[in-house]
This record gives sequence, structure tokens and C-alpha cells, in this order.
Amino acid sequence: MSKMSDFMGWVDHRIPLTATFEKHMSKYYAPKNFNFWYFFGVFAFLMLANQILTGVWLTMSFTPSAEEAFASVEYIMRDVEFGWLIRYMHSTGASFFFVVIYMHMFRGLMYGSYQKPRELIWIFGMFIYVALMAEAFMGYVLPWGQMSYWGAQVIISLFGAIPVVGDDLVTWIKGDFLISGITLNRFFALHVIALPLVIVALVFLHIVALHEVGSNNPDGVDIKKYKDEEGRPLDGVPFHPYYTVHDLVGIVVFLFVFCFVIFFWPEGNGYFLEHANFEEANGLKTPAHIAPVWYFGAFYTILRVVPDKLLGVILMAAAIAILFVLPWLDRSPVKSWRYKGWISRINLVLFGLFFILLTWLGTQPATGVYAQLGLIGTIVYFAWFLTLPIISAKEKTKPVPERVTG
Amino acid sequence: MNNDGVNNGRRRFLIATTAVGGGVGAVGVAIPFVKSWNPSEKAKAAGAPAKADISKVEPGSMIVVEWRGKPVYVVRRTDETIGFLEGLAADLKDPQNTVTDQQPEYANNVYRSRKEDLVVIEGVCTHLGCAPKLYAEVKPESFQEDWKGGFFCPCHGSRFDLSGRVFKGSPAGKNLKIPPHSYLDENTLIIGVDEENS
Repeated sequence: MSKMSDFMGWVDHRIPLTATFEKHMSKYYAPKNFNFWYFFGVFAFLMLANQILTGVWLTMSFTPSAEEAFASVEYIMRDVEFGWLIRYMHSTGASFFFVVIYMHMFRGLMYGSYQKPRELIWIFGMFIYVALMAEAFMGYVLPWGQMSYWGAQVIISLFGAIPVVGDDLVTWIKGDFLISGITLNRFFALHVIALPLVIVALVFLHIVALHEVGSNNPDGVDIKKYKDEEGRPLDGVPFHPYYTVHDLVGIVVFLFVFCFVIFFWPEGNGYFLEHANFEEANGLKTPAHIAPVWYFGAFYTILRVVPDKLLGVILMAAAIAILFVLPWLDRSPVKSWRYKGWISRINLVLFGLFFILLTWLGTQPATGVYAQLGLIGTIVYFAWFLTLPIISAKEKTKPVPERVTG
Repeated sequence: MNNDGVNNGRRRFLIATTAVGGGVGAVGVAIPFVKSWNPSEKAKAAGAPAKADISKVEPGSMIVVEWRGKPVYVVRRTDETIGFLEGLAADLKDPQNTVTDQQPEYANNVYRSRKEDLVVIEGVCTHLGCAPKLYAEVKPESFQEDWKGGFFCPCHGSRFDLSGRVFKGSPAGKNLKIPPHSYLDENTLIIGVDEENS
């Protein structure tokens, strides 16, 4: 026995280190046919780590008060050594996090990764998504620019649509009769402590649930059906080293893109950092054009598609809520769209395209043809969910292979 | 292990009472955390009245006065636009000012103000809180062909007339709020006080 294995034995008697590593890495069998779309889970993990690391560093120089917040961000950008880099890593990271999450979710839609027995993985994922939206919203308020202020005004006012208690609820959330330094300070606390803890806990549950049932794959077949004499799935490979190394290649490519944006395009033409936010918050003057950051665009379009406050808020909430019940709306006997019928495949592509359209419309003024497109997009969005139970149950599916195909 | 001596009824009762007691305790502990989010005494106290000189507000223009951190619009309407106010009722969601919270009693009229020409309106859209913009002129606007003067909210397109009453087809549901206000003298407006001697 070498010194190393002696030491590991000592540790393993006290905490199940080797057993845990084997269960989740070196003896966790992932389907061997993962494709491009399976990179986005690990990218999301990378972005979470990036946001936490850069976020901690930003708190060291940021001052969460109405008087100093805006100036302290400029201080980070100009006076703190490499402050600009850390701040751009954080702000670009937020946009990339959402790109990655949307791709990750679309992967789930394509290959039916939310279907039985992975409903809880999907639901934990949806909770992460909602928590992430809250986290991103509150983070956007912190620099205390014009769009921070008026974005917060609009989003918090949404709660005012709730009958009876709405107005009191809005005051309670703001902690003041208007958006003020009090609101900023509490959003800071939620953004840097409360929500990150919630998100990390949810990510943990997401992974635990995933590793309990095993990963889905582009064919949507169960790799545990065929095992060798030692009980290892024939179509599976150990996550470590096969997928850890494989994912490193993806990470390198991803970081090239990420760094390109950080260094050459950090404002993303006003989509990642909106132009109006380079002006300090002014409670007396709304910018001529208020738009959310791009990743809220789709839901923002749905919010303003009906000229009624309560109905708009209900529609928007429904647009998010309906995603939670997706595992029970899809009644198809097959998981992957590869073996679903043509209608399902075309519908999913349309759904994706219309989601992109809605997202873009959310950043544009809601007038004329944009308003009409918004209405059409909203109808398509909900129609996809509402027709899914019928189409998925009725349509003719192709035979699913016994083993994975590629 | 021998469970013969266990009194299951008593055990269930003890578990239930412990759970209820713990639940009541948890709710009790939650109260201070929930209440600490309410506006603090400092926030409540920051509501001093605001004074404004209105002598330089020309017909068809407005000034913005900050009161409790909110923009308050003081608009002087032209005789032409005053004449339109009565006739707009059919196009408005609430021409009769039925929501009593939205204006003091003395502004419960077609002008929604103490004076015919001068109107004092909180510049906070009743939809989602943006500041509507004044489009005072009677001319076709991109958002409405037969525009007779009023406010247009850039955020979500709510439209209001020059009395702050919301037009049908707007996402906003209520008329703009009229803050308590009064006139100290001919040229001095005070916002936040209903009567000059109060």
C-alpha cells in the first residue's frame, strides 16, 4: 500500500469521497451518443461559477446606495485594477448564461428530456430558470442607471396588478413609496446572498435528480436496458474521463467566443448593456424607449400584448408557469423528436423561431406591425403548449431503435 | 425491540401538538422578517410638501416638480384643449372619476383640478409606473390620428387626456393620480397640502 492509498483509505472511512466520485464521475455512465447540444449543461455550470467568482470580486468595490452606486460602478471601470474586465465578465456572463440556458432548455424539448422519469429534473431546472430571472433582474438594478431604475419601476409595478393587496405589496417590495436607495440596498442583499444560495441549492438538486435516473440522449432510448456482465450499460461511457475531457474541448471553444465579446463587444450593441443605463437614474424622467435586457424580451412582449394590466400580467405569468407542466402535456410514447411525427418536428422548430421573434420584439417599441407580430407570436407560443397533448398523443411515431444510433 | 408498551394515540397526539407548536413559532418568527421590508420610519418621514412658482407656465406647456421622489406635472391647458375635455367622455375608460383614490374631492370634475386651465398630475403611469410624456398640441401623432392633446406613455403606449384621464385601448386601467395640492397665492402652488391653512 502506498502512502496515497493509505491516506485515501483514512479519508474514505470518515467521508465517502471515493464512493461519491465514482458514483457521480468515474462510474456514472452517460450515453455515448451525446451531441453538440449536450455541451450546454456544462456551459451553464461554467457560467454559474463565473458569475459567483466575478460577483464576489465586484462586491468588494461596489457601494449599494442610491448616492454612490452609479459612481462606484464607474470607479470599478476606471480606477480598480482590471475592474473593467471583472465587470464585463459579470455583465457579459449574465447574457451568456441565458443563451446557454435557452439552448439547454431547447435541447430538453428536442429530445424529450423532461419526459418520464425525468419530470423532477425539468421542474428543478424551471425553478433554477425562474430564480435566475429574479437574480438577473435584481443585478441589473444595482448599477443604478436609467434603465436600472425604470426597469425596476416596471417590473415591481407588475405586482400592483394583483387585486386588493397589489398596491401594498408593491410598497412592501420597494420598502418605500418609490424606488429608492432602500430598494437598491435590499436588491443588493438578495442578489449577492439570498438568490445565489437558492440557485446553488437548486443546481445541486437538479444534478442529484439527474444522476439518480441517468442522462437522456438524442435518441431518447434507455441505455440501462442493455448491460454487460458487470452491469455497465453497453451504450454508456464513464463520465470521467470521457466526458470531462470531451467537455473541456467545448469549454475552450465557448471561452473563445465569450472572451471575444468581453474584449471587443461588451455592450453588445445595447443588448447586453443598454445605452440608457450609462446615464444615472433619474426618477423624474423615463427614457423615451424602455426595454428589458434581451433575455426577458419574450415575456415582456407577452406582457404588453393585451391592453389590460391584470390580463397582461396573468398572460406573462402563465407563459412561464405552463413550462412547468410540460412533462404532462407531452403524451408522446417516444422521447426524442427524431422518432416523433412531422407535425411535432415542424411545430417545435416554429416554436423556437417564434420564441426568438418574441424575444426580439420585447426590445422594440410595441407599435404598429410590431404589436401585431407580438400578438401572433403570443398566440403561437401558447398554441404550441395547448395543442401538444393532442398532437403528441394522436400522431404516428417512428419505431425507436433498441440501442443508440451514433 | 419490543413495542408492546407504546401508546400510539398519545404518540400521534404529541407529534401533532409539537408540529402545530413549531408551526406557530415559525410563523411568529417570520413576522419580524416580513415586517422589516415595510417602509422605515425614515422613508415615511421623507414626504415634505413641495412648492412651485407657476407664473412662468405658459399655456400648452408644463413644469415638473419633484414631490416625494415622484415627478408631478403642472400643466397649463390652452382654451382650445379645455374645450375638448367634455366631449372626450365616450373615448375614456373612466370619465366620471369613479376611483375616488385617484383624486382629491376638489379635483373630482372634468378638469380634475382646482382651476380650469392649470392641472396638477402625478407623472406616474397607472400601468407600470413610467413617466408619461406631454403631447400638448392638437395635431395627428404617430400613436393617434385625431389627437386632441394629452399624455402618451413611452413604455407601453397608454394614452391620457389633458386631465390625466385614461383613454380606452390603453393598458393602464386608472386615471393618472391627482396629488393633494393648493395655491398659496396667485403664483405659488404647494403640492402635498390640501388647504393652505392646514
